[in-house]
Amino acid sequence: MTMSEGQLAIDDIRYLQREAIAPQPPPASIVGPWAWIRANLLSSPFNIAMTIIIVLLILWIVPELLKFLVFDAAWTGQNREACIYTAQHPDVGACWPFIADRWSYFVYGSYPIPERWRVNVFFLMLAIGIVWLLWLNAPRRDIGAVYFFIVMPVCSFILLNGGFGLLYRVDTSLWGGILVTIVVASVGIVVSLPLGILLALGRRSRMPMVKTLSVMFIEFVRGVPLITVLFMASVMLPLFVPDEYSPDKLLRALIGIALFASAYMAEVVRAGLAAIPKGQFEGAMAVGLGYRQMMQLIILPQALKITIPNIVNTYIGMFKDTTLVFIVGLFDLVKTIEVARIDPQWAAPTTSTTGYVVAAAFYFVFCYGMSRYARATEARLSKADKR
Amino acid sequence: MVDTATTARPAALKPTPLTSEVAVQLINMNKWYGEFHVLRNINMTVRRGERIVICGPSGSGKSTMIRCINRLEEHQQGQIVVDGVELTNDLKKIDEIRRDVGMVFQHFNLFPHLTVMENCTLAPIWVRKMPKKDAEEIAMHYLQRVKIPEQAAKYPGQLSGGQQQRVAIARALCMSPKIMLFDEPTSALDPEMVKEVLDTMVGLAHDGMTMLCVTHEMGFARQVANRVVFMDAGQIIEANTPDEFFAHPQHERTKLFLSQILH
Ligand SMILES: Nc1ncnc2c1ncn2[C@@H]1O[C@H](COP(=O)(O)OP(=O)(O)OP(=O)(O)O)[C@@H](O)[C@H]1O
Ligand SMILES: [Mg+2]
Repeated sequence: MTMSEGQLAIDDIRYLQREAIAPQPPPASIVGPWAWIRANLLSSPFNIAMTIIIVLLILWIVPELLKFLVFDAAWTGQNREACIYTAQHPDVGACWPFIADRWSYFVYGSYPIPERWRVNVFFLMLAIGIVWLLWLNAPRRDIGAVYFFIVMPVCSFILLNGGFGLLYRVDTSLWGGILVTIVVASVGIVVSLPLGILLALGRRSRMPMVKTLSVMFIEFVRGVPLITVLFMASVMLPLFVPDEYSPDKLLRALIGIALFASAYMAEVVRAGLAAIPKGQFEGAMAVGLGYRQMMQLIILPQALKITIPNIVNTYIGMFKDTTLVFIVGLFDLVKTIEVARIDPQWAAPTTSTTGYVVAAAFYFVFCYGMSRYARATEARLSKADKR
Repeated sequence: MVDTATTARPAALKPTPLTSEVAVQLINMNKWYGEFHVLRNINMTVRRGERIVICGPSGSGKSTMIRCINRLEEHQQGQIVVDGVELTNDLKKIDEIRRDVGMVFQHFNLFPHLTVMENCTLAPIWVRKMPKKDAEEIAMHYLQRVKIPEQAAKYPGQLSGGQQQRVAIARALCMSPKIMLFDEPTSALDPEMVKEVLDTMVGLAHDGMTMLCVTHEMGFARQVANRVVFMDAGQIIEANTPDEFFAHPQHERTKLFLSQILH
């Protein structure tokens, strides 16, 4: 090794910083909207192709939609005349007067007009309950839970159904539209969580009878389509119960939906329970907690917390499934639209489409709302995990 | 340990005294996992105030044995008597014994959704039916004792391993246990945190707590144990005072084990 080679090697090893480097703003090529577009929309040939296809798709769909919903739509009128083809109106868009005319039917069904305030109060009570429970910083959420799971259901029943010498009785066969959809969905939501938790605990139970029963129930209900469950609830139930006690049509459907949703909820909760480490059970037992206290104070709070997104997912599925109650003769929102759209008074080329658009919008608003809430909870939880 | 912060101590601040002279007695105890005979004819008597250290190679059944004492595991043959009460399938008795036997785990097993304070007061409030205020006072006392009163409002996830393990000890102490079980309380900790946990345990030993510790901290064994029990393959191979155990191990298996862990 020559002298200079050795010197070089040492210079490679030694380093001493003489001056600190001040931070510089990033170059223009990595900030700003143009940089964002380049990085996210045009990063590779495949990405460029996808971007072009999707832009074309949007350019094709959005104008058509706007044309139908807004520009070509009929906005005023008393009957079908407003929505039919005429020389001035060769293209007919959405028939909004039809919706305006039938809106109260879509909301209340055939609920007697002077009694409809009762439905409005019910909607209000439900809204208060939902906000109270879902808004995490709301005061006294424990009372909120009692309100939501006990007070509100009882009050709603008395309010909507009447009777007890307080209010004029409204037969459930008159209920309809959004009212029925919301009632079915909220009964499903309120009942399926506690029942699902019990079934999930039953399925993990060490008592063979409890376990077998839970497994049989869950697997049977999950293995059968909802339509079948509804048919069984409405056709087979009366076979077992004497005629005069036979529960009414709506109640039968409610029981069917609630049981159906509970089976799914049980599986969701079970997955959450399975995710809780064994050490949590042992820690709880070692400090002397009994089974109930261990579940109630230690295991379920943690299991349900991580399961919230899946619980909401189940709710979304159930909310959309409620529309199947029409096959047992109930008038949910979609069924009322079905009835209204074939009314000769509004027979026009776009009446049906307009009705379905309204139904789609209704379901979308609710399901998207639930989905957003689940996403927000998920984000909050993953943040809490990092603390 | 003299505590100056609390003058009027609630009654529960002292460990509950054992009613019988013998704290734990295992008589011809056998346990199987399916076909696997994990504990074989275990006989051991732990007297009031005794500190027992249990050691042995991995898989020898140390954890299984002490977990049988508070029925986290079930034994199939023989008898386990804890403070005069025999462990049977009677759920009431099991709950009673668990109330009076504190346990500290290798992985802490704190409740992550509750604060440190809530971790400590949960069982006194729900199991001992103690008023919340008293439970908090007691919890604060024990948190001071394990030297982390300032962490009371935090969640376990915000603490270091050593701090979490000290909370776990405080949580067990809040039930005023008659007996404390430790299952490798320091082996999941970074080396610099081992000492703080061991110091806490030494303090407990000096207060006269009856303790069974599974641990490989031989310094701790020398310092506080009355007896060291060596297990292998589900059997108790040798038991002796720490001095004798380390200076003159009798069994070949013990000698081999000690030569491996003491270098
Ligand atoms: N739930 C279980 N089912 C079947 N075998 C088990 C179970 N738990 C432990 N074992 C086996 O029983 C034996 C004793 O386990 P144990 O956990 O008591 O050992 P240990 O002495 O505590 O070991 P370590 O020092 O690794 O903690 C091991 O061979 C283990 O594989
Ligand atoms: Mg072990």
